Amino acid sequence: MNPAYRRHHPKWYRARMPIFWWFRKAAYFRFIARELTSVFVAYSSVLLLVQLRAVAAGPEALARFTAWLHLRPVVALHVVVLLALLFHTVTWLHLAPRAIVIRLGRRRVPDVAVLLGHYGAWLAASGLVVWLLRL
Amino acid sequence: MPQTVTIEIRRYRPEEEAEPTWQRYEVPFWREWMVLDALNYIKDHVDGTLSFRWSCRMGVCGSCGMMVNGNPALTCATYLETLVPGPVQVEPLRGFPVIRDLVCDLTDFITKLQRVQPWIVRETEGTPAQGEYRQTPDELAAYRPYAMCINCLLCYAACPIYELEPGFLGPAVIALAQRYNLDSRDQGREARMDVLSEHDGIWACTLVGECSTVCPKHVDPAGAIQRYKLDAAVAWVKALVLPRSGR
Repeated sequence: MNPAYRRHHPKWYRARMPIFWWFRKAAYFRFIARELTSVFVAYSSVLLLVQLRAVAAGPEALARFTAWLHLRPVVALHVVVLLALLFHTVTWLHLAPRAIVIRLGRRRVPDVAVLLGHYGAWLAASGLVVWLLRL
Repeated sequence: MPQTVTIEIRRYRPEEEAEPTWQRYEVPFWREWMVLDALNYIKDHVDGTLSFRWSCRMGVCGSCGMMVNGNPALTCATYLETLVPGPVQVEPLRGFPVIRDLVCDLTDFITKLQRVQPWIVRETEGTPAQGEYRQTPDELAAYRPYAMCINCLLCYAACPIYELEPGFLGPAVIALAQRYNLDSRDQGREARMDVLSEHDGIWACTLVGECSTVCPKHVDPAGAIQRYKLDAAVAWVKALVLPRSGR
């Protein structure tokens, strides 16, 4: 605040940010949901590391880990994790054109092309993983 | 169409009340009226004590930004017709201290804007006799979208991060820094990088994206910030891998 104004004004009013500010708008809620679903991204990364550790430990450890994965509560949890991961991935991919500006000569590559490029890369990476699993 | 429309205004009179209160006004409804016309009607015919800023009435000066039905908007560019039957709620811009009624103190923005040197910085200034700094249409096109900013601060009112962390430089300041960074005549990029790379600079932005959604001039400050993050990250990696190459 400019101190020069203070003499003429008793006080400024500054509104407090409500705790549930993210319910004000659908866009704010989507933002918070996107940020919170990153916890599931971290979880799935840890899960992958644990799976790799089980693979390295031998067939018995892998069988124990696979049996745990087949438990109903774990399957239910992983369905939720999958949905959260899909939401996180899709919302992030849709933000990519905001950050990446590609120019071809004088023309800027349209946002939709950047977005499709990301979806293409996602599909290619998924295809590679499926191919590796089938080996 | 209604004959009148109710306007509810969040009023704050510091000499009378500790907190803002809502006040209702009935104004005539005209299809061609903007929200600003309704405010001016109240000021001229109903209650002369109402305070608000406005100037050009054509979306250029950026003075009349307010919260209209909870969304940041230029009141001179928001048709009443789109808001009937009402009531239409008008509040001061969110995130800024309120001086009176719909008038906010914008000193914080002005102070931060000066920090990023929003002007053409030259290592050595040429003399007028040496002629102007020339620029091709392509070079102009590179920064033109960011030059459209009218400092209306709707982007600040839409940004929850600015409200949560008042130290954040904010969308318009960073977009305007980018406007000069992308200008082929400018040589102040590194000096601005020092300010923008601080904790309260580009890294405080978590990409809510609403700043770009509400911008009446389609400046896309969110995009500017993300591109700047990318630039800063590339510069950091470059400095790490090739420490002697300079930035």
